Amino acid sequence: MSSWIIPLVLLIILLTALKRGVPAFEVFAEGSKEGLQITLSLLPFLLGMMVAIGIFRASGAVELLLYILEPVFHLVGIPGEILPLALVRPISGTAALAVTTDLIGTHGPDSFIGTLASVMQGSTDTTLYILTVYFGAIQIKKYGNALKVGLLADFVGIIASIAVVTLLLN
Amino acid sequence: MVNLIWVFLSAVGILVAAFNGRMQEVNEAVFQSLETGVEIAIQLLGILMFWLGMMKIAEKSGLIEKVSDVFTPFVTRIFPDIPKDHKVTGYIVSNMTANIFGLGNAATPLGIKAMKELQTLSGDKERATRPMITLLALNTSSLTLIPTTVIAIRMKYDSTDPTSIIPATIMATAISTIAALLIDRWLNYRKSVDSL
Repeated sequence: MSSWIIPLVLLIILLTALKRGVPAFEVFAEGSKEGLQITLSLLPFLLGMMVAIGIFRASGAVELLLYILEPVFHLVGIPGEILPLALVRPISGTAALAVTTDLIGTHGPDSFIGTLASVMQGSTDTTLYILTVYFGAIQIKKYGNALKVGLLADFVGIIASIAVVTLLLN
Repeated sequence: MVNLIWVFLSAVGILVAAFNGRMQEVNEAVFQSLETGVEIAIQLLGILMFWLGMMKIAEKSGLIEKVSDVFTPFVTRIFPDIPKDHKVTGYIVSNMTANIFGLGNAATPLGIKAMKELQTLSGDKERATRPMITLLALNTSSLTLIPTTVIAIRMKYDSTDPTSIIPATIMATAISTIAALLIDRWLNYRKSVDSL
C-alpha cells in the first residue's frame, strides 16, 4: 500500500505539468541543479559533525556518561537498560538503530524493554542530524533556540515513551 | 551553541579516549566517520536532486500553490509569522505529510526547500528565524504514524505482534510534537518579554 504513495505523487505532478503545458524535463533539471548546490553546501557541516560524533562514540564517553547518569535516572524510575538509547537517540541515527536492535534482540520484541525501545526509536528523530542538514543546507550560522527546543522535545519524547508504554503494558 | 557542541563532542571524546586507552578506536573512528559522512551526502545528493527537480515542476504547474491554499488556515496557526498564501506553506505541508507517512527520503528535500523559502522571508540570512525553529522542532520530534524500520526489526526477532507498538508510538509522538511546539512558543515568549 505505502509503495503506491510516491509513484502516485509523481504521476500527479507529471500529469498536472502536462495539463498546464509546463516543460517538465527542463524544469526538473533546473530544480535538480538546486539540489546539487544544496548538497555541496551542507557537506562540510555534515562531514564535520559526523567526525565529532564518531570520536565521541568511539572514545567510550557514552559509557562514562551512562555510568554517571544511571543513578539519577534510576531515581526518576527510568530503567537503566533503556538509558543508552535515550542518550544516543538525538545524537546519532545509526547508533540509535543499533542500540534498538540490540535491545529488541536481547530482551525480546514483546518484553517491556523491547516495546519501550521500539516506541522510543519510532517516536523521536535524530535532532543533531536534522539540525546539521537543514541549517547546513541554507548556511544558517546563528541557531537561536533551535537546539534547545529540539533537545527538550527529545527529553519529553523519552519520558512520554516510558509513560505510555508503562500505561499500556500494565 | 553548535560550535560548542561540536568542540565538546570531539574534545571530550579525545580526552576520555586518552584515559580509556581507546585512542586506536578514536583514530579509526575519524576516518570511518569521514567515509560515512560522504556516503550519507551521496545518498542525500540523489534524493535532493530528484525531489527538488520534481518539486520545481509541482511549483511551476501550480500544485504547491494549491496545497498552500488548502492548508493555510491550519499552518498559520502553527506558524503565525508566515505571510498568508505564501508558497512556503505548500512546502511545509508537503514536508509534514511526507513525515507522517514515513517517507523520510521525500521529507528531507521538502523540509530543506521550506527552509530556503523561509530564508527569503528573513532579513538576516545567517540567523535561524522563528518559523525555521518551529519547522525544525516539528521534524526532530518525528511525526511518523507507522515506524516501518522498527516494525521490520520486530518482525526479524519474531514478535508475536510486530505492529502492536503503533498506538503507543503515535501517542508518544503526539506528546513530543506538542511539547516541541509549546517549548518553542514558551522560549519565544520569554525572549520577547526579555527584550521589552
